[in-house]
Amino acid sequence: MSSFRSKVLSLYRNLIRESKKFNSYSYRTYTLEKVKYEFRENKNVMDAVKLSQLIKKAEDNLQMIRRQVIVGELYGEGHLVIEHHQEKKG
Amino acid sequence: MLPTFCRCGSRVFSSRGYLFATRALQTKVHDHTNNVTQPRDRPQVQAKHIDISDVRKDMPDKEFRPLYLDAQATTPLDPRVLDAMLPYFISYYGNPHSRTHAYGWETEAAVEKARKQVADLIAADPREIIFTSGATESNNVAVKGVARFYKSKKKHIITSQTEHKCVLDSCRALEAEGFDVTYLPVQKNGVIDLKELEAAIRPDTVIVSIMTVNNEIGIKQPITEIGALCHSKKVFFHTDAAQAVGKIPLNVNEMNIDLMSISGHKLYGPKGVGAMYIRRRPRVRVEAIQSGGGQERGMRSGTVPTPLVVGLGAACEIAAQEMEYDSMRITALSQRLIKKINEALPQVVQNGDPKQSYPGCVNLSFAFVEGESLLMALKDVALSSGSACTSASLEPSYVLRAIGADEDLAHSSIRFGIGRFTTAEEVDYAAEKCIQHVKRLREMSPLWEMVQDGVDLKAIKWTQH
Repeated sequence: MSSFRSKVLSLYRNLIRESKKFNSYSYRTYTLEKVKYEFRENKNVMDAVKLSQLIKKAEDNLQMIRRQVIVGELYGEGHLVIEHHQEKKG
Repeated sequence: MLPTFCRCGSRVFSSRGYLFATRALQTKVHDHTNNVTQPRDRPQVQAKHIDISDVRKDMPDKEFRPLYLDAQATTPLDPRVLDAMLPYFISYYGNPHSRTHAYGWETEAAVEKARKQVADLIAADPREIIFTSGATESNNVAVKGVARFYKSKKKHIITSQTEHKCVLDSCRALEAEGFDVTYLPVQKNGVIDLKELEAAIRPDTVIVSIMTVNNEIGIKQPITEIGALCHSKKVFFHTDAAQAVGKIPLNVNEMNIDLMSISGHKLYGPKGVGAMYIRRRPRVRVEAIQSGGGQERGMRSGTVPTPLVVGLGAACEIAAQEMEYDSMRITALSQRLIKKINEALPQVVQNGDPKQSYPGCVNLSFAFVEGESLLMALKDVALSSGSACTSASLEPSYVLRAIGADEDLAHSSIRFGIGRFTTAEEVDYAAEKCIQHVKRLREMSPLWEMVQDGVDLKAIKWTQH
């Protein structure tokens, strides 16, 4: 189990780190929320087969996020008005 | 400063137009798991920005883009969908109908995988899915195609008054060809009356076309009941499910649906692609509208656009996975919006019965406020007063008139479209702005003042000039 544990924790950290890089407010907030939700939902999964499947899915998604962050950097556009709003509030 | 603005060290917040994606390109492009190469020195790549200032002078500042709350008009592409599509724009450009080389084989395999992904979402067989350019084309092929194919025996079509323009216009075109069309009225809650539908079915009725979820008021029609009724009367049942597929569970067999229209860009897929479900057992036949190479089993000639179809397939698969999660979020956000507005403003009417609506479509009428002026004031939020197809006209929506909304309330409606990527902050911001501007506009309205003074507007006899 412990091998899974460190793997899962590192995947979680990487997914959060990469999701924060999305240029688009919508994709960024969605991905962050979704990553946290999925890990919470599956935190009690102990079955090794199921865990390996989830790890594979997370790894694929991590690569997808990395690719799409680059696409967003190349073709993204400005910020939403709400991002300035949040900044003012914060 | 919030972390949202410091994610990229190389980016200066206000320097729009000069964003350099250096970090990305120098460190990540070669990040293939099984093919890691060292990054080479590359010149800096400038992000592509599109300038349309020569076409439109009144565009808002690109650094202050409005929030998007118009999910019924179209939805943003899910990044997972784009990720699935890009290889087919770049490497796999073969014509899926080319049988003589690998370029054709690889894209044909991708198209067939997508066909299965679409079919799985609605519990159909992949052979029952035809790719089209969108739900408008699917609706045209379904309604006109079935009517024309069976025209020697049957001449009557039933639809409802709140259908999308493309179904209504297809029916109009068929009327000109000698078909008889019944446009069923809807009840005050927006739902059709099943007894009226049953009474309208004649021995020569060929097809009933009723949409699953309405695009303006979000009303869900009782598809299962309509399907069962049509099945018992041996009438084909077509449903325009553009607003429903991927958002609410649909099963073509349990619901006795014979034909269904699906749109790509309403479920976070690409624009310009859609699908039509057409039942094989018992077989439904259509007369093709477009003549050509006989692709899609002769029902829709023209090369199947592989990247778009791959995107539609990916969008359907993701929608199936995410339906529960999306629905949970969208329901909560929808309730949050309605509660916030209702707590702050009196005399707000929700169009369409909320109990029978898809929660992602909230259509509100603000009494004594003109919808168009509210939309103008809400520059920070991308909203619409109804369907995008008819938003160019100042006429009140025919859907709102069909549900019996008063003329003045029909003029004061705003549609809030909540989708997968809408956040609670966006909903709060939109609600706050909306409340602020409705209050301001009402204060300017003499009618509102009269109502505050206790005058019953309906009792006033206005002199005509």
